[in-house]
Amino acid sequence: MSEQESAAVAVDAQDLSFRYGSEQILQIEHLRVEQGESVAILGPSGCGKTTLLHLLAGLLSPTTGQVTLLGQDLATLSPAALDRFRGARLGMVFQRLFLLRALTVRANVQLAQTLARSAADPTAVEALLEQLDLLGVAGHRPAAISQGQAQRVAIARALIHQPKILLADEPTSALDGPNAQRVLSLLRDAAQRSGAALLVVTHDERVRGQLDREFELEQRS
Amino acid sequence: MSALRLALANLTLSPLTTILNVLLMALGTASIVLLLLAGSQLAKVMARDAEGVDLVLGAPGSPIQLILSAVYHADVPPGNIPLTEAQRWIDDPRIDLGVPLSLGDSFRGFRIVGTTPEYLDLYGAVPAQGRVWEAPMEAVLGASVGATLGLGLGDTFAGVHGLSEGGHDHEQQRYRVVGQLAPTGTVADRLVLTSLESVWDLHEESDHDHDDDHDGDEAHDGDHDEDHEDAHANDEDAHEDGHDDDHEHEAAHHEDEHHDDEHEDEHHESEHGDEDDAHEDAHEDDHDDEGDEHEHGDEHAHEDTDDREVTAVLLSYRAPLAALTMPRQINAAGALQAAAPAMEISRLLQLIGVGLDGLKAFAWVLIGTAALSIFAGLYGSLRARRGELAVLRCLGATRGELLLMLMIEGVVLAALGILLGALLGHGVMTLLAAWLEADRGVALSGWALASGELPLLLGLLAVGALSAIIPAVSAYRIDVARILADG
Repeated sequence: MSEQESAAVAVDAQDLSFRYGSEQILQIEHLRVEQGESVAILGPSGCGKTTLLHLLAGLLSPTTGQVTLLGQDLATLSPAALDRFRGARLGMVFQRLFLLRALTVRANVQLAQTLARSAADPTAVEALLEQLDLLGVAGHRPAAISQGQAQRVAIARALIHQPKILLADEPTSALDGPNAQRVLSLLRDAAQRSGAALLVVTHDERVRGQLDREFELEQRS
Repeated sequence: MSALRLALANLTLSPLTTILNVLLMALGTASIVLLLLAGSQLAKVMARDAEGVDLVLGAPGSPIQLILSAVYHADVPPGNIPLTEAQRWIDDPRIDLGVPLSLGDSFRGFRIVGTTPEYLDLYGAVPAQGRVWEAPMEAVLGASVGATLGLGLGDTFAGVHGLSEGGHDHEQQRYRVVGQLAPTGTVADRLVLTSLESVWDLHEESDHDHDDDHDGDEAHDGDHDEDHEDAHANDEDAHEDGHDDDHEHEAAHHEDEHHDDEHEDEHHESEHGDEDDAHEDAHEDDHDDEGDEHEHGDEHAHEDTDDREVTAVLLSYRAPLAALTMPRQINAAGALQAAAPAMEISRLLQLIGVGLDGLKAFAWVLIGTAALSIFAGLYGSLRARRGELAVLRCLGATRGELLLMLMIEGVVLAALGILLGALLGHGVMTLLAAWLEADRGVALSGWALASGELPLLLGLLAVGALSAIIPAVSAYRIDVARILADG
């Protein structure tokens, strides 16, 4: 792969496997996602979708194979460097949102900006909150906002530092139709605007056909 | 956003737990700080008041009682001693300075001490106003006395019989204030000082005037216990004869002719034990003859010093070597007791120290409870915050930053408790000092830093940090992928 090609590839996972004890959890030959591309990783529950997401985020180390993000082989990074790389280049949205209860909506978003080691830009925070219709609750703590608002705060937290790769784990599974569609649109539009790669791991069939490409994981035997 | 700000924000999640942890740490800290302040200042005050006094002569009895009464004016004296006997030791070549004290009266709770001007030298006391006494019934007020009672130069007052309030007063002979001392921060601040003659005169007068009361007066009639268990008896005894075990005194009649130019003295009818030679010597012509009357000219009232008594004598050695021989010689003679303040203070502080150590142990239990509470609070919150910690790692926080955040939470809790506790400890000490100043005239400070206090507070901070280590290490080691997968 040439350097130019490498720069255009956001995610490149080759011969990836993960075992937990003697149990084979995941086995894929090759997954490649270009920058600006959105991919839905589909499959039934227990097929290793979340494990794949964690391997791509560097939260798990593969048993075999290699994960390269934006040309960086994750295996070559020290734990602290991997944490910093993840914070700076990746944005993550989880099924359970895990907003920090002690912080306000605004502070939750600012925190992500700080941990990404990007320059503090209050105007960017305010603009994003406005874009996601969260300005009215910016001073509230997560306990005081609705589930839909909380979902958008989690997305704002994942987008504030303009990551090059956006990973979402079951972002729509707990939402009704309109809300699921809205969240998916937000993620897709944000990724398109910043030219980021978007990988959505889900078993939600409503996502099928909504993104550029689908990657199917099979139920392991 | 710094780990500190995040840690502080986390502490607001469970305000009740946070407040409880802070209060526990504060109570433990306050207790230890208070004990440290009280212990160190008490030792300082005691050492300061005894500075320059190497030995105290007094009546046989408890040496601690003698030191407390003669040096600190905080107890009743064990009795009186013949001045002639005391003078022998004052004149000893090994003695540099001997200051006799005569106690027995007080004024509104402040003790009146008959002494010589050398007493002022012991404490570096000088008159801020007026002068030192020069004649009987002239009084110089310690700095606290003047400030408390609002007496000024030229004012007169009547001393009250006994060392505490409530005795009968010597209204017939009033003291006149001729001076007020500048503050010294010593026991001298809370005394009314006068000449020895003033005290002697008054008690001769008193013995006469209160003749009728003596039947019911323990001080004069009661059996005096050698160990001075009866504080009241001792109180009254201070101006009496240094009575021994079986001495019974009845109606001591004195007619002091200061006013009538004739002194009719009806002396003690006493039954004396053989051991009190000094006492017998002092009164040998009186004991057998109840109602024996003497007429004295006014000018002769104090001429014969043979029967004069003092309560104690403060002695300073010319050379430290005297400490090896002198106390033993005096005590071996039997008539007097010699007690070294340094030794008795040390014994007393040792006794007090046992109590303080017990209280300190209790305070440390409180600190331990606070540390455990901080540990339990942080560890318990970890479970509820596992998801948040995992997300922080996903957002770019390193393991070290999570560890730091939890450590900061523990240290901040401890620091708040320590700060509050230190303020509380010093605040209570200030109240205590104000009460002691008003009630006892003892000058302590609530806001002075006790020696060892700073290392103690830092040590307590380390205890807080220690209590956070296990939760912090748990945060450091969280399995992010597993937590996120479990949801």
